[in-house]
Amino acid sequence: METIKSIADLKKIRTSILEENQKKIVENGNKKLVEIKVAMATCGIASGAKAVMDFFIEELPKRNIVANVKQTGCMGYCYAEPTLEITIEDEKPVVFGYVDVKKADEIIEKFIKKGELVDGIIPINYELAN
Amino acid sequence: MSNRYRKNLLVCNGSSCQQASNFDLVAFINFKLKEYNLENEIKVVHSVCSNKCSIGPNIIVYPDNVEYSKVTQSDIDDIIIEHLLNDRIVERLVLDKEKGNGVEPKKQYRIALRNCGFIDPEEIKDYIEKDGYNALAKCLTEYTPQEVTQEIIKSGLRGRGGGGFPTGLKWDISSKSIADQKYVVCNADEGDPGAFMDRSVLEGDPHSVLEAMAICGYCIGANKGIIYVRAEYPLAIKRLKIALNQAREYGLLGKNIFGTDFEFTIEIKYGAGAFVCGEETALIHSMEGLRGEPTLKPPFPSVSGYLKKPTNVNNVETFANIPAIINKGAYWFASIGTEKSKGTKVFALAGKINNVGLIEVPMGITLREIIYDIGGGIVDGKKFKAVQTGGPSGGCLTEKHLDLPIDFDSLTAAGSMMGSGGMIIMDEDDCMVSMARFYLEFIVEESCGKCAPCRIGNKRLHEMLTKLCDGKGTMQDLDLLRNLSVVVKDTSLCGLGQTSPNPILSTMTNFYDEYYAHVAEHRCPSGQCKSFMRYYISEENCIGCLVCARKCPAGAITGEKKKVHVINQELCTKCGICMEKCKFHAVYLN
Repeated sequence: METIKSIADLKKIRTSILEENQKKIVENGNKKLVEIKVAMATCGIASGAKAVMDFFIEELPKRNIVANVKQTGCMGYCYAEPTLEITIEDEKPVVFGYVDVKKADEIIEKFIKKGELVDGIIPINYELAN
Repeated sequence: MSNRYRKNLLVCNGSSCQQASNFDLVAFINFKLKEYNLENEIKVVHSVCSNKCSIGPNIIVYPDNVEYSKVTQSDIDDIIIEHLLNDRIVERLVLDKEKGNGVEPKKQYRIALRNCGFIDPEEIKDYIEKDGYNALAKCLTEYTPQEVTQEIIKSGLRGRGGGGFPTGLKWDISSKSIADQKYVVCNADEGDPGAFMDRSVLEGDPHSVLEAMAICGYCIGANKGIIYVRAEYPLAIKRLKIALNQAREYGLLGKNIFGTDFEFTIEIKYGAGAFVCGEETALIHSMEGLRGEPTLKPPFPSVSGYLKKPTNVNNVETFANIPAIINKGAYWFASIGTEKSKGTKVFALAGKINNVGLIEVPMGITLREIIYDIGGGIVDGKKFKAVQTGGPSGGCLTEKHLDLPIDFDSLTAAGSMMGSGGMIIMDEDDCMVSMARFYLEFIVEESCGKCAPCRIGNKRLHEMLTKLCDGKGTMQDLDLLRNLSVVVKDTSLCGLGQTSPNPILSTMTNFYDEYYAHVAEHRCPSGQCKSFMRYYISEENCIGCLVCARKCPAGAITGEKKKVHVINQELCTKCGICMEKCKFHAVYLN
């Protein structure tokens, strides 16, 4: 395990993370991977986010889609849990609310495969500090 | 991606927008798109409420991100011809013109929640990718502890746990205390009903808290950190543990951090979930293995705290702000917010609001913006009545406070408090006497019992409120209630008792008419207190089907087939099942 002993080490790790990401893009035929973030705080899990995330992890390879599925903390849309954010290549991220397995299937078939928006989008209503 | 539509129209699916347009907007737009032969280029989708109900119906053109408001049937042609065909924005429908080009300014600004929902909390590399641990590196290698403390003082950051004490000043006091051992404590004992800000930060971005604790340790000269987290937060604890292990493996915690001689370790201690343990002296006693009872200040923990050593206690959200301040500078942080309250505040919206959720807004935003623009308004379009801020220690704000810019001082001046950030929104159906009783019930449960005013006083206050809700109150009780509230407030030992009567005092100030009605008119104006309610069966509507009589769990309804039924008021428990089950609307409330 590499340990961080200086600012330079920290920067090196950051660079290596970026390089790794770049490598994945090249492996994917110079296309950015589809990024799927599932809000998995206690509240999200309680309303079924785990099942949705498992569905993506199982189904995407079956349907020949290379994607980066990951869990995150609370996105803040408690009223619309489970929520997820999907970024396709260089497009702006799109947030979907009230996602169950059925909706997830629709999202894969329509949004991820064809770039077609589906019902249940949450307009992003904040700015970030970083 | 060949099948991709050129543009999308996101039509708000919120109930308010649907009511505002008295026709099926989506169907109409689809019809119009066909007329212009655009149905293969443009797709219309429903979006979840975009939170701008007051200017609905709203339509967003995606991916241009232009938002049109108050759209009527006759505007659709303009949007299609101008925007969709000629790429010209229909300026007259863009209601927020200040920011130009139709992109609405965002009401929320995320500092403490900057990574929450964006990174994998169980993956340190995600945090490092987002500039994580950069602030700690900068502090340790480029600045002296005094310089870092000065930076925090300059930023104007105040404690986010509720007290609002300037964080930099606290660090300064802790750093000046001389001792062989000092501690940094993170207060994650979040106990307000309806509050979940700290849990969300710990579950979504645990590393930011660890990093900030190490920075604090560097500033005050402590090499040990303790996170006091309630055991009811198992996921937060799990993710904290993972984060701690990762930070240790990378050498970001432990000895010789970033090659300097600074050493810092963090351990987790679990709280059993007592509300009073959020108070810093009680928290420290609980960590020491003693009963979670508060003690008088001074001495402040910064001078003599955990194991009688100087201890700097800060809240989770306060810590989450620190790395951002170091990375972006004190002036940047101080440029956000109001004169005396800088930065942003995380609020947990709960109660009768459409978009229950976690929000982070700049200080100085008005309640109206939070409730109507971000929160999407009151459920079912009902009338806003009050919002309780600061949990059981705070007070209620009413309609007249809707345009008050929110910060630490303005809320205190209005008879409430910022608190840790729980906001419970109430509508016209909520009884304020009953609400005050709910909070007192909570306080009676949570009082540690050490001092008499809090232990006995709150119990008596709760009894009086119960009496009022049961319809047995007298005018004398109202005076007694107010007087005892003031006594409990003035004579209790710690913050819990000193603030526990606040819900009573503020509802008595703002809603005295409701208290009066409970006593003098024997009625509950919002119809929530069951003891005032009487269910009756209308002779006109009752067809004598026996359904209500069969469903009544108390056996209070008598009647024969095809004859009007009667409710025995003595037996009725006012559960409302009869009203629910009657298909003929024969049961009514008086």
